[in-house]
Amino acid sequence: MVAIRPVQAADLPAISALDARLTGSDRPAYWQEMLAPGRHFLLAETDTGMLAGFIAGEIRAWEFGQPPAGWVFAIQIDPRLRLKGVGTALFEALVAGFKEKGVTRVRTLVDRKDHLILSFFRAQGMIAGPSLQLDKELS
Amino acid sequence: MKLQTATRLGLYAVLELARDPDRTLSSAELAERFGVSSHHLAKVLGTLSNAGLVRGGRGASGGYRFIANRRRITLMDIVALFEPAPGQRAREPGEETDIGAALQRVLLEIDEIAEATLRSISLETMLKPK
Repeated sequence: MVAIRPVQAADLPAISALDARLTGSDRPAYWQEMLAPGRHFLLAETDTGMLAGFIAGEIRAWEFGQPPAGWVFAIQIDPRLRLKGVGTALFEALVAGFKEKGVTRVRTLVDRKDHLILSFFRAQGMIAGPSLQLDKELS
Repeated sequence: MKLQTATRLGLYAVLELARDPDRTLSSAELAERFGVSSHHLAKVLGTLSNAGLVRGGRGASGGYRFIANRRRITLMDIVALFEPAPGQRAREPGEETDIGAALQRVLLEIDEIAEATLRSISLETMLKPK
């Protein structure tokens, strides 16, 4: 089992390291920003204090004309601890935080070729939302 | 989105059998449940069996049961058994023109979104109580 708690500044090196290992991008400044007021930044740790994973999000109001909703920006789980319910525990804790603030929807954006993370969010009951993301390369 | 009949029957059969992997259902029982042709369904079950998703008993009364992993198998795994893979179909007349190519890009975009959706939904997710 894992315990869920808010991320503190002392946790950032381990979070940056796990993210860098999984994505290949080292971005400590981005994770530092997630500690800003209003952000929801939680981690899961094992009973030996090892980082099992983390999740980050925020409530955004009237983004693209949409009423307030909780957004999931990132979730990462240590591959050695996957399929043990860590991601679900983090997602549920984040959603509980959003609900406490009065929002009734949670949203995220996922690379459509990233089937692993798409499957995870589907398993949490998420379906295609009302918006379609459009994109253009600027030359 | 329109699926071929065999694809729809394949999805019905796999999902019904995966609902309870200990249960065995005959092709006729499955056909009756969904109001479809038993003969057509028997052929579909043969494809599912060859793919290692179900195991069938011998004879007309032999039943089928689900033998794969509900958490690993996605809707796309079943659809791919019956539908031509994107990019593997024959070229249609007119595709080499600029209008044909532009239309192909739109259709490819739709295919990619459909595939992402089907690949992201496991049988376990489909069978979760709502």
